[in-house]
Amino acid sequence: MSTTIDEDVATGSATPPTKRQKRAARIADAASGGIRSILVKLLLLGIVDAIAVYAILVLALSQDWLVLAIVAGVTVLVNWIYFSRRTLPAKYLTPGVIFLVLFQVFVLVYTGYIAFTNYGTGHNGSKEQAVSSLMAASLERVPDSPTYRVTVVDQLGTLGLLVTDPNGDASLGTTEQPLQPVDPSEVDGGKAVAVDGWTTLQFSDVIARTNEITELAVPFSDDPNDGAIRTPDGSSGYLYTSNLEYDEAAGTMTDLSTGTVYSDIGTGAFTAEDGSEILPGWQITVGFDNFVRAVTDTRLAGPLVYVTLWTFAFALISVATTFFLGLFLAIVFNDMRMKGRRYYRVAMIIPYAIPSFLSALVWAGMMNESFGFINQVIFGGASIPWLTDPWMAKLSVIIVNLWLGFPYMFLICTGALQSIPDDVNEASSIDGASAWQTFRHIKLPLLLVSVAPLLIASFAFNFNNFNVIYMLTNGGPRDTGAPIPVGFTDILISMVYKVAFTGQNRDYGLAAAYSIIIFIVVAVISIIAFRRTKSLEEIN
Amino acid sequence: MRVNKKSLLAAGAVAVVATLGLAGCAGGDSGEGDNGASAGGTLTVWVDAERVDALKGAAEAYTEETGVEVDLVGKDNATIKDDFIQQVPTGEGPDITMGAHDWLGELSTNGVVAPLELGDSAADYLPVAIDAATYEGTVYMLPYAVENIAVLRNADLVAEAATSFDDMIAKGEAAGLDQPFVVEQGAEGNPYHLYPFQTAFGAPVFGSGAEGYDPTDLQLGNEGGMEFANWLAGQGKNGTGVFNTDIDGDIAKQSFLDGTAAFWLTGPWNVGSAIDAGLNVAIDTVPSPTGDAASPFAGVKGFFVSSESENKVAANDFLVNYIGTEDVQLELFEAGNILPALSAAAESASSDPIIEGFAAVGQEAVPMPAIPAMGSVWQYWGIAEASIINGEDPTATWEKLAADVQAAIDAK
Repeated sequence: MSTTIDEDVATGSATPPTKRQKRAARIADAASGGIRSILVKLLLLGIVDAIAVYAILVLALSQDWLVLAIVAGVTVLVNWIYFSRRTLPAKYLTPGVIFLVLFQVFVLVYTGYIAFTNYGTGHNGSKEQAVSSLMAASLERVPDSPTYRVTVVDQLGTLGLLVTDPNGDASLGTTEQPLQPVDPSEVDGGKAVAVDGWTTLQFSDVIARTNEITELAVPFSDDPNDGAIRTPDGSSGYLYTSNLEYDEAAGTMTDLSTGTVYSDIGTGAFTAEDGSEILPGWQITVGFDNFVRAVTDTRLAGPLVYVTLWTFAFALISVATTFFLGLFLAIVFNDMRMKGRRYYRVAMIIPYAIPSFLSALVWAGMMNESFGFINQVIFGGASIPWLTDPWMAKLSVIIVNLWLGFPYMFLICTGALQSIPDDVNEASSIDGASAWQTFRHIKLPLLLVSVAPLLIASFAFNFNNFNVIYMLTNGGPRDTGAPIPVGFTDILISMVYKVAFTGQNRDYGLAAAYSIIIFIVVAVISIIAFRRTKSLEEIN
Repeated sequence: MRVNKKSLLAAGAVAVVATLGLAGCAGGDSGEGDNGASAGGTLTVWVDAERVDALKGAAEAYTEETGVEVDLVGKDNATIKDDFIQQVPTGEGPDITMGAHDWLGELSTNGVVAPLELGDSAADYLPVAIDAATYEGTVYMLPYAVENIAVLRNADLVAEAATSFDDMIAKGEAAGLDQPFVVEQGAEGNPYHLYPFQTAFGAPVFGSGAEGYDPTDLQLGNEGGMEFANWLAGQGKNGTGVFNTDIDGDIAKQSFLDGTAAFWLTGPWNVGSAIDAGLNVAIDTVPSPTGDAASPFAGVKGFFVSSESENKVAANDFLVNYIGTEDVQLELFEAGNILPALSAAAESASSDPIIEGFAAVGQEAVPMPAIPAMGSVWQYWGIAEASIINGEDPTATWEKLAADVQAAIDAK
């Protein structure tokens, strides 16, 4: 790589290079160990290309042409960028851009797409899949019908079933042709296994033609109400009747036992005139329905107000408490008179180093009312309802989040404080400012210039701090008066989780719509806040 | 000259890239070759990671017999259901997955599960297992284990089984224990573990008909339910204090292991740790607070076939004729210590007194409802019980519970 850079620098000058310049460039090439870096570059690109070729093969086999085209295009582009001599900036940007697209842009776009579909429980696949699944589920074995021993046979590509009934009589039929008695040419242990004019399928043939055999239903007689024989495993057959009929031309599903006609009215499920649906349905795009439901859901009317207030309170208080504790500690440990500062600093980082999932669970255990460490040991057996009283639970969440969050603020404040030159201190003390005045009017504003954007990021993070809430209280204590299972420490994102994923219901469309709404709220707040912090920069 | 050197390098680059590319091709080819070698294709089976080894024997036997490869994929139990529902429609899902019967409502509503014909072998399974495997009149699951809770008794502290709930508390107190009986609850309650007591008062969640539980017949709020609520209040914070929402699973376990509790209402999954702790454990039926039997929920574990499987014939054959045999059911039993669902295997397994104890309780157990309406019940049930235990008015709370659940079911 360095070779190329050198060349670009050399050739980038406005006038065409003279012979001497070229020679100089060549010498520079040799001096910078160009060959080795080129080999490294080739090796890395080779690995990338090998992976891409493998991916293309796999994609071709599964016939994913769109993804294949994208992979091939990106690979060619990457190769061009790194072999070309004119694309210096792109060489630096490409890896980052690829990962950004893969892990951020794609996820965002996909979430956006899901928000406009009805994807969720009961609307999980395509219409085709829903129909075949409904038809399979509608089969009912005729009560008290026996098990028939069957052999799958083939005549010029048409499959048939050679059926031996419990009396030992053989008959043959296909999907078109109802069962007719036949004389088997070979009987094995009372089961007819071959008949003239038909080829008997061996087990491996049966496996190979699974899809045809799953579809194979041989009518028992000319009367369709008698049902049809199907074989789930290629050796035993059972008599089934179906209580649903699908009319592909009309797009309707008819319940044969009640006569109700369900039709596709564009809601992603077969719907009867009285509005009842049969599930599974299928996935469709529903426009802004999810957003409309998200803001007009009457069950949310009450809880939404206090959950939103608490979310803002939680995020603001979390940022404020962690920042001031972190700042206080940073100032204290920044004082030269303090002995053993290095060890204290390491100790301060510990909460940051433990995964927050784990520490939230440990805190939940310690805050148990009758058995927790805090009540039992620290308060000598008091029963303080840390997690079960609405206000105490809110306090507990903030305490735990303070514990989890202050090391980060401590780190950034320490860094920012150390970058403020000592002359500022000296100058202000010469001017007769007190320590507080120095801090309040000189250090803090200087600190905020570099720290304010991080505070905004921290606010956005805490606004959606699902982990702490979910692990510590799971939103509880529950608000028993609310029509949804929302609790007093639920923030917006954890409430959305509960609304979209209650019990056995998974409503991905609604969840995606809510996350987009929350994203917009956070984005607007952040943009406004960033605008205002610009004024801080003018101090410098 | 310089141009020449560059073109040489470019040629080298092409060579390196091509070689590596070809290496990639070769890898791909050999992968395909493996699949092609087996005449009958491959069955992909998602299995709870702890039971992969138990199924290896059956998988190998099946490959030997039929030439169909069985690819056992160990999955995390907690994510297997959602993964299955999401991946089946994309065609990336497995042919068979291991699961539990109470997933059935969700799997069937999403259309990801195919019916399974057990044929005559259905009679070889425990009745509760077949009931649980049936949803809206159709069998969807091959059952392999039946799981229910029972009372673990520390036989060194209390020598004899309790005859009733009050007798249990009395016996435990006679042994000098403050909190003789523990059952896991939590801030949001735990209705699964309280259900035996509720049934003893004659209050099932749903009434049942010929096709299983009837979602239109909510029995939760009947007269028995009210009696249960009042009894629960009497055993809660303002009463005897037998039930405590601060006792979660870990605390209940610890007090039984420490010997501060002699009775522990829990499932077979906790027996191992009690025996490892050197306790003399006996398994009793759940002591009833009334004269009637206290029936816990039975959870039945089994295998489902994907509705999008390309190998349904082999999948059916493998499940019904291989997993449904006594040997395989016993292998699975060894791996999880849960009563096998096949009657013959259940009998062999019951030579172990612990399993026999659970099996005896299982006789009284009822399958946990798999209908989607059950989701609406879970949502309110535990929190209502927890607030009754913590001293809320039992009648009003229980009435609100029944009303909330009914409203949630009607809203769907």
